[in-house]
Amino acid sequence: MNVITANKLIKDYNSLRALNSIDFEIREGECFGFLGPNGAGKTTAMSIIYCFMPPTSGEVKVFDMDVLKQPSEIKSRLGVMPQDNNLDPDLTVLENLILYARYYNIMKKDSLPQAWKLLDFVELREKAAVNIQKLSGGMKRRLLLARALINDPDLLVLDEPTTGLDPHSRHAVWDQLGRLKSGGMTLLLTTHYMEEAEKLCDRVAIMDSGKIVKLDTPSNLMQEHGGHLEDVYMKLTGKSLEG
Amino acid sequence: MDKLINITHAFRVWQRHFTVYRKLYKSSIAFNFIEPVLYLVALGFGLGAFVREINGVPYINFIAPGLIASSAMFATASECTYGTYVRMTYQKTFDAILATPVNIYDLVAGELIWGATKSVLYGSIIAVVISLFGLTSSPAIVLIVPLLFISGLIFAETAVIATALVPGIDSFSYFFTLLLTPSFLFSGIFFPIDTLPPIVAKIAFFTPLYHLVNICRAFSTGMLNTVTPDIIWLIAVAALLAPYPFRLMKRRIVQ
Repeated sequence: MNVITANKLIKDYNSLRALNSIDFEIREGECFGFLGPNGAGKTTAMSIIYCFMPPTSGEVKVFDMDVLKQPSEIKSRLGVMPQDNNLDPDLTVLENLILYARYYNIMKKDSLPQAWKLLDFVELREKAAVNIQKLSGGMKRRLLLARALINDPDLLVLDEPTTGLDPHSRHAVWDQLGRLKSGGMTLLLTTHYMEEAEKLCDRVAIMDSGKIVKLDTPSNLMQEHGGHLEDVYMKLTGKSLEG
Repeated sequence: MDKLINITHAFRVWQRHFTVYRKLYKSSIAFNFIEPVLYLVALGFGLGAFVREINGVPYINFIAPGLIASSAMFATASECTYGTYVRMTYQKTFDAILATPVNIYDLVAGELIWGATKSVLYGSIIAVVISLFGLTSSPAIVLIVPLLFISGLIFAETAVIATALVPGIDSFSYFFTLLLTPSFLFSGIFFPIDTLPPIVAKIAFFTPLYHLVNICRAFSTGMLNTVTPDIIWLIAVAALLAPYPFRLMKRRIVQ
């Protein structure tokens, strides 16, 4: 079963075409990655999927619902971990989770046990009463992950989940995402780290200038083009990922 | 508006602002609360020693009810300009909220209702203070609460429109200096505007503050029968402005 289906998806910002007619399907239980450098269109594709931006044309269905027609229903079953920290800076770690749950109409008596469970999951239990401004970058990222799970979503959308993290924190996040995946959750992520895509993704869409240039499993791509995904990307687009 | 507002979602946004406000109000309440009291004391006693009476009312009694109105206006205007702008840009609170079932119109409705709530809070505080000073003469003053909410919606709508249009946070000084300060000075708080050239009175008629000042003054003395046109004006303008904050914020946030 497909969790997401996109057909001839186009997105224009004024005169700039950010997505140039892309098609993809994301299956239940898989981890799907959009891979590409900044400006390739990854974040745009994601924000259309989580109903933040309307597509210019084309059709996107999530859980078989149109992103333009049923955004609230779609979003109630999604978890979104954004690229930028948008936690509430005036609140504590625990308050951030409880308050966020209310947007999903989850009241404190239900969100509190869930929040503690998630704080254990991301290893922030002892920070529960700490103000956000006192957290390190890695802790904030883990809290964003916990917050994205507060509504027990069917699909988790992660925009550059480990960008800017030190290697230790990065591995901690990978480990947590790996556990969610083995628990059966569908994951959709953007990344420009090859290692991340190889480690987590069942399939990757290689993006360049608003187009999907190749969509396959990491191992097929590597078999076909040799070496690591890094080399595959170089071969397919003639560009380096870090550029 | 191509879609209706989900009131529960709008309330969730209001609730978020209220939760944060409850944690922080101690550090900000002085700004909105001490200032009107300063005006009251400085002008009421200082200038009042020379002016003595306006329309047969002691000067300090004349200005006190108007400060309910201006306090409400400034509280809401700063909330829905600086406050809304910070949530929209620096804190990215709106991005966080819009990733949940709350949609853009619910979010804007929450901002407006919260803005109007601040009018009620800060107007009511001043009403209590001036009543404690013995500067009101009628229990009818409690009736201003719903009217503070309606005029608060107008202040919030205007401020959110400004927020949707400004290129950056510094531009709000134009909003305050060119719109709010003149409105504060020429809405009949400190002197009756019919003593000024007729053109000023005509301009004042188009400001919400002028009508709210009339209402506060009438209610604090119990003369309720004169303010029906002012109440109608406020309701009509609140309704007329309503679509614009939604449209403009949607255009600003959702590309």
